Amino acid sequence: MNFVLEAKKINKHFHKPKDFHVLKDISFGVRSGEFVSIMGKSGSGKSTLLYILSTMDTDYTGDLYLNDQLISGKPQKELSRIRNKNIGFVFQFHYLLSEFSVLENVMLPAKKLAEKSLVEIERNAHQKLEMLHIGHLAHQKASRISGGEKQRVAIARALINDPAILMGDEPTGNLDSHNSENVFNIFKNLKKEQGLSLLVVTHDEDFAKRTDRIIEMEDGMIIHQ
Amino acid sequence: MTNWNVILGIAKTHLVTKMKSTATATLGVTFGIGAYITMVSFMTGLNTMLDDLVLNQTPHIHLYNEIRPSETQPISRYQDFENALNFVHSIKPKQNQEKIHNALPILNYLKKHPNVKGATPQLRAQIFYLSGSIELGGNLVGVDILEEARLSNMEDNIVQGSARALKSSNNGILLGSGLAKKMSLDIGDRVQVSTVSGDIFPLKIVGVYQSGIAEIDNVQSFANLNTVQRILGESANYVTDINIKLLDILKSEPMARSLEKQFNIKAVDINEANAQFETGTSVRNLITYAVSITLLIVAGFGIYNILNMLIYEKMKDIAILKATGFSGKDVQYIFMAQAMIIGLAGGILGLVIGFGLSHLIDNTPFETDALPTINTYPVNYNINSYLIGISFALLSTFIAGYLPSNKAKKIDPVKIIRGT
Repeated sequence: MNFVLEAKKINKHFHKPKDFHVLKDISFGVRSGEFVSIMGKSGSGKSTLLYILSTMDTDYTGDLYLNDQLISGKPQKELSRIRNKNIGFVFQFHYLLSEFSVLENVMLPAKKLAEKSLVEIERNAHQKLEMLHIGHLAHQKASRISGGEKQRVAIARALINDPAILMGDEPTGNLDSHNSENVFNIFKNLKKEQGLSLLVVTHDEDFAKRTDRIIEMEDGMIIHQ
Repeated sequence: MTNWNVILGIAKTHLVTKMKSTATATLGVTFGIGAYITMVSFMTGLNTMLDDLVLNQTPHIHLYNEIRPSETQPISRYQDFENALNFVHSIKPKQNQEKIHNALPILNYLKKHPNVKGATPQLRAQIFYLSGSIELGGNLVGVDILEEARLSNMEDNIVQGSARALKSSNNGILLGSGLAKKMSLDIGDRVQVSTVSGDIFPLKIVGVYQSGIAEIDNVQSFANLNTVQRILGESANYVTDINIKLLDILKSEPMARSLEKQFNIKAVDINEANAQFETGTSVRNLITYAVSITLLIVAGFGIYNILNMLIYEKMKDIAILKATGFSGKDVQYIFMAQAMIIGLAGGILGLVIGFGLSHLIDNTPFETDALPTINTYPVNYNINSYLIGISFALLSTFIAGYLPSNKAKKIDPVKIIRGT
């Protein structure tokens, strides 16, 4: 059982405005090289689950394993580092730092990790951008490129530290069909060529159907996987 | 694990892209510090000037014979009345000579004392200045003029003529400026003085003395010690006052007490003579610091506001930084770095502007009859005020940056990204 990411009995409550049991005994795993999508209606808790898996949300009970290592209950500082090194994240809205150039945006997480020299990081960043066919945008300001391009820059940024898993919160939710197709193909290629594990929350049924596995959620429970 | 290059890089980008806010915040600090430096330099300069004006005229210890009644009246010594209650009306001061007994040996002793910079004999005589039929009351002080010039700033107060001219003249006088004006006399003229006993002496005006304090300048003149002794018909050991300048002014009080005991004489130290002056100085300093600190606090609030706004604008950026692996501490450092850069840049600029303004004030003409030696406004360049200025700039920006940056540290990225 070679799970990259494994959740065991995750429970979460929202305390405000009143107690609400949003995730109920969620247990599942993502295997290495697997492309998994999570589907469900709005309010089914799928995004909440994703943010718990991404280590950003620590207010839950249950165990979370990344590369067979328990990461629940670790201090924030360590979680930041785990996130930095092992988890790439792509949001629905591109969320680039608008004052920085595309290249700087991509380089930032690697600079933070500081495992490689600056020259190496820059070469890697260029390489990622080329791979996503946006190498020519490297020195543009992040605020001055199109939405589809921004999303690809965000993917390049998520990949810069060669993470164990790439997570997406409706990464195509804000894109037209052409760009959605593009992003899907990028994900597919990443899985095929680099054996990357992917976990994507989506509303888009066409998108989900073409992934390896669909996890369906309703009312805070997994009803099908 | 903190990567300062990255953090400073982000801080720099924020500052540069928000140039207007950065400039506003920096200028806030600059004006605060600049105003502080200018105020402190000017106020302490003024204080020093006023201190000098009075304190330099005051010896550190002043020895003289005080006219006072005997502390124990003869009847108290009479043992038969030991348990009785005595009433003595109309007690008169003790019959006492005005001159200091054994003045010359005392002077010699003082001049050899290790803590004494110099001791000068003075002879104060009550005289009248005669101008036609008008008699003006006043003092004539006999001094060792060259020694006085060495020990005090007396030379600065001689607005015409010189100390040396008095020394080399046998019957010269340094006339008080108020007196010179009243009697329409000038250097080179002659003035007649009359002693209390009625003897009249002509003296030649070799200089005009202006202390800046009208009360003194209207009554007091200086002459050589032996000239005054001659006028009074006294011998060369007749001295009424001894002024002492010390090397260590802090020892003036205990030394005055010990001299009093040793020579059975009245000794007044500088703190006793100028107690009210010290109070004035400390109150002025207090006002200076109160105003300056207010300025700096206002500048601090400016920084606090601007950083707060910046953090509000950068919520999303903060969330992204945290999502991509920057810790809360890193984010806090980014904003702290911005505050400190603003503080340092604004502080240094403030020091420069403060220095420039003080220099400007220093060169502004300030002519007043009261202060003959002062031509421009007094300014005190003290390295300590500059150190305090820059420290306060850094301290206030640190506090102003800490609170908002602490907020940034605690921002929950999930909330921002999910938009709840």
